[in-house]
Amino acid sequence: MSVEYALLPPSAGPQDVQILPLGQDGILVRFALRAEPWATSAAQAFYDTARAAPLPHLHEIVPSLTSVLFRFDATKTTRAECARQIAELLSGRDWHTAMPQPATRIWRIPAAFGGEHGPDLEAASKLAGLSPEAAIEMITTTPLRVLAIGFAPGQPYLGLLPKPWDLPRMQSLNPQVPKGAIAVAVRQLVLFSNASPTGWRQIARTAFAPFRPDAEPAVPLRAGDALQLVPVSGDDLTGLLASGDPAGGAICETRE
Amino acid sequence: MSGQIFIHKAGPGLSVQDLGRLGQTHIGLSRGGAADRLALYEAAALLGLSVPIAAIEMAAMGGDFEVTQPSRIALTGAPMRASIDAHPVAWSASHLLQPGQILRIGAATAGVFGYLTCAGGIEVPPKLGSRATHLSAGLGAALTAGARLPLGVDNALEKGARVLRCDNRFEGGTLRYISGPQTELFDATTRARFDQTCFTRSPSGNRQGVALDFEGTAFAAQAPKGLASDFIQEGDIQMTGAGHPFVLLAECQTIGGYPRIGTVLDCDIPKIAQAPVGARLRFAHVTLAEADRIAATQENLLQNLRRQSTDLIRDPRMIPDLLAYQLISGVTAGRDLEE
Repeated sequence: MSVEYALLPPSAGPQDVQILPLGQDGILVRFALRAEPWATSAAQAFYDTARAAPLPHLHEIVPSLTSVLFRFDATKTTRAECARQIAELLSGRDWHTAMPQPATRIWRIPAAFGGEHGPDLEAASKLAGLSPEAAIEMITTTPLRVLAIGFAPGQPYLGLLPKPWDLPRMQSLNPQVPKGAIAVAVRQLVLFSNASPTGWRQIARTAFAPFRPDAEPAVPLRAGDALQLVPVSGDDLTGLLASGDPAGGAICETRE
Repeated sequence: MSGQIFIHKAGPGLSVQDLGRLGQTHIGLSRGGAADRLALYEAAALLGLSVPIAAIEMAAMGGDFEVTQPSRIALTGAPMRASIDAHPVAWSASHLLQPGQILRIGAATAGVFGYLTCAGGIEVPPKLGSRATHLSAGLGAALTAGARLPLGVDNALEKGARVLRCDNRFEGGTLRYISGPQTELFDATTRARFDQTCFTRSPSGNRQGVALDFEGTAFAAQAPKGLASDFIQEGDIQMTGAGHPFVLLAECQTIGGYPRIGTVLDCDIPKIAQAPVGARLRFAHVTLAEADRIAATQENLLQNLRRQSTDLIRDPRMIPDLLAYQLISGVTAGRDLEE
């Protein structure tokens, strides 16, 4: 059985970047199958390039951890034409060294680490070979970016954390982390939109609501935003949670 | 003045659904909407609407409904036992429902999802561009007994009842699929065996997706350790950690970590969504060119369905109030002259 795979022969695209079909109206540009830091930077950088390019007849361009998804209007263009334009955008640049543009927005979100708000902090720090204090210091000083939004609505994947945080998922599921939980695995953090089971370790919690169906915009974060967690005490966070403010004390600064 | 539809009794899986929300991948929201979108097109064809509109989706079981103003209704999707004031009415057809009459919709006799569409439209306020309830995202909620939904005015009450012979998509069958970004993670032997295997729809399933059962060894992917999570979508055939297929439906997540062998064509989604527990399902790989050719045949779906619909001709013996109808031009039972 022959299965067509890449939409274009590898020689048409630079290096090992692949241009692949996803469903009847999607094209996925994938930089790597595994979550490798260069591929994450490349996906962010290519997302910047693609958004700035005059690509016609597209419904959406969306970045993920190692890929960028293009949804085309099949009534106005073809998969082949779209793939050709995408290959053109990819050509002539070394994606292994590409870096995303500086963020135009930076979020500062209060987070309480450890204790009842981060029950897995000690275990996760130990796995990373750090004391809980050093772990908090490293996580709150790393300039994080919103790498992708997904799984659940509004939910950001943040990264990448330094190498010690390349932690595997847990053997058994964490039955339930609360809304606003910060969980860690594979050099990334997730800020949960809703209470959810997860294989990631909960090290902190925020009072920030990533999905606000009745607000405009419903999802305040955007892929590419910079984000910093600001450590606060457990009592401070309990207060922020009690206030019911969906921002949870977060501040968004815009840079031109 | 617009009216309401009352839900006096409700099965466990009732929700308002339309065609869902396209273009929201960037906020992590899957399309959602009707599990069987074809059923909404059929309803629009039967009611003579220019586009499909929001309907009440009913999983396996319907409910008792009443309207406060006359409204044509369409009953589409999985066939369910239905009656108006205890008189059986045809499925895959449109009917006139008068205030005070009780529309009773019972259990599905085949398939899973039935749809009740009112010609005036269910006018709950749209959120993020759609009226569709998206349970996993927390948009809207399941409908329960006692619910009252705003109903738009049906401006074409004079249009007669119509019927549509619909494709049987309620007992499984063959699902055509295309390759996706991870097809190559499955070796040729595994892919060939996948295409030759007869699956059955497992009892485990909902609007997010359905699991499939089969005999034999698992369908393992040669996925590298640390496979990055990536975009997933409706129609994707995921292999869980145990190597069992799970076909994603309308309310799936948008990013996932399990390898996927391919994506079921949009026009075959109703067949998997409507497959009842135990139904037999097979997969047939098609090329992208073939998938594009098939997609092109779907472009005029609504017009084609409208052409296929015919006047509902009822057996006079089944009409309890036969004399209320104008059987001969100019001759009536006289009641309409008083109204």
